Amino acid sequence: MTRQTVATTDGVSLTVDVHSEDGPTVVLVHGYPDTSRVWDEVVALLVGRFRVVTYDVRGAGDSGVPDSRDGYRFEQLAADLRTVIEAVSPDGRAHVVGHDWGGIQGFEAATMPEMADVMASFTCIGGGSFDHAGRLLYRHLSPSRHPLRGLRAVRKQFTRSWYILGFQLPVLPEAIWNSGLAARIKNLLEAVEPREGHPAETFEQDGINGIELYRANLGRVFRPRRDHVHPPTQVILGDKDPFASVELFEELPELAPNAWLRVVHGGHWLPRTHPGLLANAITELVEHVEHVEGADPAPELERAAVDRHDRDLPFHGKVAVVTGAGNGIGRATAIALAERGADIVVVDLDEAAGNRTATFVRHLGVRAGVHVVDVSDASAMEALAKTVLEEHGAPDIVVNSAGIGITGSFLDTRPGDWERILGVNLWGVIHGGRLFAQQMVDAGRPGHIVNLSSGLGYTPARDLSAYATTKAAVLMLSEVQRNELADHGIGVSAICPGIVDTGITDRTAHVGVDDEEGDRRRRMTSELYRRRSYGPEKVAAAIVDAVLHDRAVVPVTPEARFGRILSRLSPGLNRALARTDILGR
Amino acid sequence: MRETSASSASPDSRARSASRPLLDSDLDGFRSLQQLAYECAEAVAATLEPGVTEIEAARAQRDWMRDHGVTDFFHLPFAWFGDRTALRWRNPLRFFPTNRRLTDGMPFILDIAPIRDGFTADIGYASRLGDNEVHQQLLDDLEAHRALILDGVRSRATFRDVYRSVDRLAARQGYDVRHKAYPGAVIAHQVGRVGDSPPRFVLGFGLKGLGLLTRTAAESIPAGWNPLWNGTKLSDHAPPPGLWAVEPHLAFKGVGAKFEEILVVTTDDAFWLDDDLPHVRRWSSTPAVASA
Repeated sequence: MTRQTVATTDGVSLTVDVHSEDGPTVVLVHGYPDTSRVWDEVVALLVGRFRVVTYDVRGAGDSGVPDSRDGYRFEQLAADLRTVIEAVSPDGRAHVVGHDWGGIQGFEAATMPEMADVMASFTCIGGGSFDHAGRLLYRHLSPSRHPLRGLRAVRKQFTRSWYILGFQLPVLPEAIWNSGLAARIKNLLEAVEPREGHPAETFEQDGINGIELYRANLGRVFRPRRDHVHPPTQVILGDKDPFASVELFEELPELAPNAWLRVVHGGHWLPRTHPGLLANAITELVEHVEHVEGADPAPELERAAVDRHDRDLPFHGKVAVVTGAGNGIGRATAIALAERGADIVVVDLDEAAGNRTATFVRHLGVRAGVHVVDVSDASAMEALAKTVLEEHGAPDIVVNSAGIGITGSFLDTRPGDWERILGVNLWGVIHGGRLFAQQMVDAGRPGHIVNLSSGLGYTPARDLSAYATTKAAVLMLSEVQRNELADHGIGVSAICPGIVDTGITDRTAHVGVDDEEGDRRRRMTSELYRRRSYGPEKVAAAIVDAVLHDRAVVPVTPEARFGRILSRLSPGLNRALARTDILGR
Repeated sequence: MRETSASSASPDSRARSASRPLLDSDLDGFRSLQQLAYECAEAVAATLEPGVTEIEAARAQRDWMRDHGVTDFFHLPFAWFGDRTALRWRNPLRFFPTNRRLTDGMPFILDIAPIRDGFTADIGYASRLGDNEVHQQLLDDLEAHRALILDGVRSRATFRDVYRSVDRLAARQGYDVRHKAYPGAVIAHQVGRVGDSPPRFVLGFGLKGLGLLTRTAAESIPAGWNPLWNGTKLSDHAPPPGLWAVEPHLAFKGVGAKFEEILVVTTDDAFWLDDDLPHVRRWSSTPAVASA
């Protein structure tokens, strides 16, 4: 690392560190109240890939302090950025990355024509544009909008930014800082493991100096402009960020011709908590901008493009893996998710059935790929996961719906029967959960896993020992997964459909009886399920609801709900009912 | 000689010809009129281009028929464009042609039912403008329904059971059964010989056709069978001899397709009146795709 001091246009000196010298220049701009040391982990990962540069902004860390409030205005901050880039970049351009206030001032610079040839790209992390915040305010409070909905969106952002209003008062800010805010920020920061350099030794003084950033610039929120954002721009936001919300970026598609928005599971200090993820995201954008005519952007970047899909759909830009998607509940779920904007990875053992689902899915205006995979086969599932990662990145939604049925008395159920049904119904769910949850965790993706259990997961129905056992196992597996994966922002739902006419009864094996009796039973159960006439579309709707509202266990049909209640209120009665021999002998 | 008789209906003074046993020569009459109707559909379909409305397409079918000597109809020609091919509406008057304009990629359905020399035909022709992957899949999948219906009737399954087997196959294939939107939710209705009174229509349906169905129903329902083939108890009977215009109509979301043609049911067998029809020719020229 080489350190230099650069004098900027108004004479304030900035401390600039160049960490490595290879490749395109990447300048990292820290926020408030941090210093350039907040980037240490990210820098370590980017070194070697790029010419990595950090600096302390005016008023923070080792840089100088301007003597008047005007010295903190956006124009001056942009001039600082330009000065730094000109000092360190051989070609006079840099990919700018800003966190928090670094993102706010970066957005401002990105709208200035004189910065257009200096900023090769811009990555904004946990920050946003004052213009966008102001326009959010006006847009949602204008009388033409639904008043409550507008207030909600505004409240969501502005309860995150209460303190900036307080900063406008003449003396109070220092008092606020000293009394409550410093402590609150320190609290938030403590969720991030403190380490040498962060929070900085200059934290207290930086906090007070930096209040001028707000005082000098906040007027913009009330006089927002609608300027175009010039460089290719990506926004990375933690879903638990207490300061910035995704509503801030509603207008991004119109203002930035080339923009990406990634929401990851995390809080505000992503450079500390998710350095690997940020390093990859920065690398993907830099490589996309630097290389490549005609080359495809990395799949994760491509998915984040804000102009993709219809933004009013809840799953737009998301990727869902659905196993058993060739038939029944799997197909209906694939279609329901596709209708709401998700691209679908169709997984089925039956290629023709999978292709049919993909045809329907594509008709709905999203993308679909078909993968012929036996979900019980560990190595085949690993290969599937690898392909999905390469083609799309980690999925947002995984629906483990592939399942088979076996009926027959426990004594007639052979080890081979057990192995087959455990393989599909349980191991399939284990593989799907294990492999894709790991991808979600690695990508910081707040995703959702849906496992198809059954009303038989809590109903000890005779002649269904194998099937009910696998479904009970899936129910428990889902509950445990849910408890563990909550730490990573991943929801897990177990769906217990009940009697649903999916076609599974036509393919159910009846063990311990001859072929003729097996056929008779198949016809009988199919007829029962047909008469029940509860279609898979309703289960798909319940699955969509479970994903949107993060439901834990969802019994779907009335009999499944009744059974769930009965199994708790009166296990004895439930047991007695489940002893009834509905197949006849 | 093959006799296909709907003989439970007694002779009727106004349309005596309608109730006598059908002879091979009669079948020739039905067959050539059905051919003419499909010719009409193909000819009109070939002229459809972006911007044409349903009303214009319906009128074009009527004009083409008039130019070929047909002035009477079982029902006036229908035309459905775009998502109207899926027949998803509450108001039954939406059945009739509208000012919906055809655009690229849109499916469409033409439905013509001419009457000539006492013979009737009722055909449905599904096609599209440009590419539509789901529509192609639908057209391919109708082949299995044509086979299923014939097999069901030949095995003497009840009409209701055949109706339900179509429901099941459609569900497996991933479609909604849209003939449920037809009056009476019929998959088929009886056709036959009619008299030669002047053409008259009520809401687009010819009085002759309505009369034929009403007269038949009045006698057949007490006798235990229904001239409207649907999924109700009234259709829970063995296949009654006669001519049936069979029209399975399937849809995925806003994309619908059907075919409609005459099935001849005899006392112990059944056959399609004609296998030389556009959809059948297309299926036999392309290998069958796997069904659901």
